[in-house]
Amino acid sequence: MKLFLKPDTAFLIKKILEEKLAVFNVKYNLINTNEILFLESIDTATSEKIAVVLNEYGFEIIENQKNIIVQKIKETIIEMIFNEETPAVKSSVYLAEKLNHSYGYLSNLFSEVTYTSIENFIIIQKIEYVKKLITHHNLTLTEIAFKLNYSSVAHLSSQFKNTTGITPSAFQRIIKKRNEISNQKIN
Amino acid sequence: MQKDFILITLADDDEDDRMFFTDAFDELKINTVVNTVNDGVALMNFLNDPESILPNIIFLDLNMPLKSGMECLKEIKAYPKFKDIVIAIYSTSSSEEDIENTFVLGANIYIKKPNHFEKLKEVLSEVVTLNWQYITSGLDKDNFLLRM
Repeated sequence: MKLFLKPDTAFLIKKILEEKLAVFNVKYNLINTNEILFLESIDTATSEKIAVVLNEYGFEIIENQKNIIVQKIKETIIEMIFNEETPAVKSSVYLAEKLNHSYGYLSNLFSEVTYTSIENFIIIQKIEYVKKLITHHNLTLTEIAFKLNYSSVAHLSSQFKNTTGITPSAFQRIIKKRNEISNQKIN
Repeated sequence: MQKDFILITLADDDEDDRMFFTDAFDELKINTVVNTVNDGVALMNFLNDPESILPNIIFLDLNMPLKSGMECLKEIKAYPKFKDIVIAIYSTSSSEEDIENTFVLGANIYIKKPNHFEKLKEVLSEVVTLNWQYITSGLDKDNFLLRM
């Protein structure tokens, strides 16, 4: 005997996606058979798991080319700051050389995708690193300013204040009080 | 796989303020989906409803009837299921003590209500843009403190 089938591909795809995504317990909309819009933020670990599960059924996740370049820009900046590598050249030249594109191109692309400028992103990351040093390593501001090549503690403090609206010492105090409260809860 | 809009919940008992805020969000470059509630009790009901999709940011007025912003802040911070939500307090008060207190209790952002619409747009744009970096660049939310 022979059966003749007429598969409804759209239906099949929808069915598979629904079944496979159900385990992740996330809210989403299937826009069509090749686009899923997630209605909540998905962390990288989960998004990787989703990619693996969908790959098994032949779904390849296409990431947008622009996003890949932006991701590389971010990684390069974060590496530069968190490894405390001060490049011998200006960061614009450094990025252009490292990523093989003109800085103008990188800078436009970055602003378009992330809604902020590369310069601003560098400052945000630098301050983020300062926060880490304050909270995790208990360094004083003088030590941090020296470590990160700020010309003075005053320069570091004013950049911190401009970016976050609070002074580094207020930041330190707030985090300390928060930790005291959470320690009290545990004990 | 990243979603490309920010979900915002706004809790304010003043109708004019709610309107100003939603108008200001509409004009931002980043896409936002805003829902508003009129007081603290409504906010907590919304958050505790299992059908609700939790927002990325809550803008919380400090002075509200039934349940104040401060009480909401404490409640929200008491439940781990709300730990990913960024809390932005906004208030007419600019007392240093109030401000530091809300930060210590777990607020991420403190906004002093601006008097002009243009200024409000500027402030919200900065808040939402910076928050976007926290969502997309893996910054440590526990260290996210911003005063405007």
